[in-house]
Amino acid sequence: MISTLTLHQVHSDYQGQQVLKGLSLDLAQGEILALLGPSGCGKTTLLRAVAGLQAISQGEILINGKLVSGEKTFVPSEQRGIGMIFQDYALFPHLTVAENILFGVPKLSGAQRQSRLDDMLSLVKLDGLAKRYPHELSGGQQQRVSIARALAYEPQLLLLDEPFSNIDAQVRYEMMAEIRSILKQRNVSAVFVTHSKDEAFVFADTLAIFNQGVIVQYGCAEAVYATPNSRYVADFLGSGNYLPAAVVDGHSVTTPIGHLTSLTPLAFPSEYRGQVFLRPQQLTLSADEQGVGTITERRFLGAFCHYWVKVEEASHAYYVEVRSQMMQLTIGQKVGLTTEPHSLVLFES
Amino acid sequence: MILGLARSWSLAGYAMAALLVLPLFALIFQALQPDEAVFGHLMATVLPTYIINSLLLIFWVSVGALLLALPCAWLVARCEFIGRRYLQWALLLPLAMPAYIVAYVYTDLLDYAGPLQRGLRLLFDWRSPQDYFFPDIRSLGGAACMLSLVLFPYIYLLARTAFMEQSLSLAHASRIMGCSSWQSFWRLSLPMARPAIAVGVALVAMETAADFATVNYFAVPTLTTAVYDTWLGYGNLTAAAKLSAIILLVVFMLIGFERFARRKQQLFQKQSRIQATDLYRLTTKQTAYALLFCGTVLLLSFLLPFGILLSYAIGYFEKSWDSSFWQLSLNSLSLALLTSLLCCLMALFLMFVRRISPRRSDTLPSRLASTGYALPGTVLAIGVLVPLTLLDFGINDLAEYIGVKGPGLLLTGSVVALVFAFCVRFIAIAIGSIESSYKRISPSLDMVSLTMGQSPMRLLSRVHLPLLAKGIFAAALLVFIESMKELPAALLLRPIGFENLATHVFQFVSDEKLEHGALAAIVIVVVGLVPLIYLNRSLEQHSG
Repeated sequence: MISTLTLHQVHSDYQGQQVLKGLSLDLAQGEILALLGPSGCGKTTLLRAVAGLQAISQGEILINGKLVSGEKTFVPSEQRGIGMIFQDYALFPHLTVAENILFGVPKLSGAQRQSRLDDMLSLVKLDGLAKRYPHELSGGQQQRVSIARALAYEPQLLLLDEPFSNIDAQVRYEMMAEIRSILKQRNVSAVFVTHSKDEAFVFADTLAIFNQGVIVQYGCAEAVYATPNSRYVADFLGSGNYLPAAVVDGHSVTTPIGHLTSLTPLAFPSEYRGQVFLRPQQLTLSADEQGVGTITERRFLGAFCHYWVKVEEASHAYYVEVRSQMMQLTIGQKVGLTTEPHSLVLFES
Repeated sequence: MILGLARSWSLAGYAMAALLVLPLFALIFQALQPDEAVFGHLMATVLPTYIINSLLLIFWVSVGALLLALPCAWLVARCEFIGRRYLQWALLLPLAMPAYIVAYVYTDLLDYAGPLQRGLRLLFDWRSPQDYFFPDIRSLGGAACMLSLVLFPYIYLLARTAFMEQSLSLAHASRIMGCSSWQSFWRLSLPMARPAIAVGVALVAMETAADFATVNYFAVPTLTTAVYDTWLGYGNLTAAAKLSAIILLVVFMLIGFERFARRKQQLFQKQSRIQATDLYRLTTKQTAYALLFCGTVLLLSFLLPFGILLSYAIGYFEKSWDSSFWQLSLNSLSLALLTSLLCCLMALFLMFVRRISPRRSDTLPSRLASTGYALPGTVLAIGVLVPLTLLDFGINDLAEYIGVKGPGLLLTGSVVALVFAFCVRFIAIAIGSIESSYKRISPSLDMVSLTMGQSPMRLLSRVHLPLLAKGIFAAALLVFIESMKELPAALLLRPIGFENLATHVFQFVSDEKLEHGALAAIVIVVVGLVPLIYLNRSLEQHSG
């Protein structure tokens, strides 16, 4: 099966600076990929390179197996068959909703155009608004028009450049789920650029974590979250605790909070001294007068509580962040710490 | 952003820019040629006087314009009194008056045979000029007064905006710390507005350096009149180019000063603006003084000259309303139309290339093309003559060489030179207008349209043109008006026998019978009012 998008060792320069440094990716038909990284890491440059709005200096970009950017090849944007959705929606202010949606649709008979338009309007739930101008729509409606416009000419690949950042937090996730189901329904492949891990989890199947022009980890969203391959990825996807850990055998380690067992074999030899990474929700608290920890700070956040627990070992004190459903613990209370059984994440010191 | 295509297009852009900066470089090149005879003579005799006169004129006009503009700007921006809203825009009107027309009107009023001196003589029973002292308006001081009267709105406009944009909390803070309103003005408002005022002064000074008609009418010898005389009197292009280069030097220094001041201005003006309720409310007595000052300025700079012009036009209507008036109007109109069409086309092309090109260097052609605006009309005319004369000679030599009769002065003897000069001078207006329209179009519109399979040409026609329409129209209108009004370049470059409204009016001014050309003068003033309406509207939107 041919991949919708293939990047092979792509390099790109912008004003003398190397922005992309050897990227490789593979996107299957119907797959949604999130490019996740802090601002200025080169995500948008990559999108523009795929769209043919920017040249690459090395490597290859293939769309549906056809070379579009390479050493000697450059297919102009207008011949790549790509849809693009922008942060500012990029609706044409002088055209109505209907004219915007049909802007890129090639020559069709009048009836066919009308049916395409009706299809699109009902897909994005904007029936009856065809005659409006963009400025007469709300932000969310505008975004849906831009999605309808991008899908109307049936591109093989959809590129989304931080498309949800201008939308109210309240409706954002609902809308992302809606659009995701539209893409899945039409089996459209998409590359989605964002700096928000929450958006990436809601919207994408696979994640590519970006840092300074290289992809540091690439894979299915859950796998990346559960087994980050570096501290950078671990921290980027959410906060966590680092505790010194000594490997006992292939499956367990000792730490200041006690003996921890992993569901999967560890990649380090016995006696190895590294650091174990534990997310706040992987720890469980219990009120225990003989416990290793003392609660030093408590923050009530509605559905759960955040506790900071001080754990002392030898002369050293560690502070561990724990997310717990137990609301009744108080500052100064002694607690015991255990972990939910999971695959332990161990890093070098 | 569009790769490949832009490469050949940007080459065309560079060629266009090269054509438009040709006069500037030709002028500098010509000025560097040796010419001891005429220029050496000038240098030994009158040149120092010319330079001193030009600099004195710039100095006095700046002072005069400041004295007129600052009180008006502060009163209108910071005080509430009856008539403020009308004054706010009415004080811009003098910009539409060409200084030489105002000069003519005042000469008529103030000279020995004029109504004022006659009245005084009657009143005090003086019999001859020996009996009393009356300043001669046809002097450097007189010219400075005339130019101040029509140029002060530049400073007024910028100072008014600066005063309006000063943060209210700063004013409050100074008052709480014990400043009186007068101290607050001197220690706070004025220093904060200083960069904006400096920009205004620089503009006034540049206009003064470029003025030809007023000083020529008053027979005050300056650098601009010297250029005119050297070319039309002696026919010496090199000496004229050398003189022009001196003017250019002054202008470039003023531009440098203006840029510097503008940078400071951005630092000083970014806070919230004054609310209508925070204006000083003037007492009845204060209102009377405010109205007296602003009203007098408006009366002297616009109402009186315009009224007199109107009465001339009505009185001599029969004589001026004839077929030659239509011919003149048609000449002005077609010249201006052609210029604005060419300017808009070239500006659109340059800006489109700049827009779609991924390379930073492609901003250069439009920047280069805009430099022509800094050239005073007289200087520009010399700059245009240098290469076109060469080209004319070349064409005739070539014709002779292949055995045909030479076509004569194909370029310099026709309106080609005139249109070319106008394009060089006014394309900056078109570029500026289209550029600001482009800034309002999000770049993602381009990307979205390209990815949807639209070619660059279709991007231009389906997306850019509809969205730029207003900006292009404004550009065309402004270039049109400027071309109608431009005098010095037209005087120097017009083909023999060719007259338009501006040269016609100037001819009558020189011949001391403006009455006959008043109708044409009114047309020029009224046409000049149009951009002020635009300006005022955009200012009100800005502050609204």
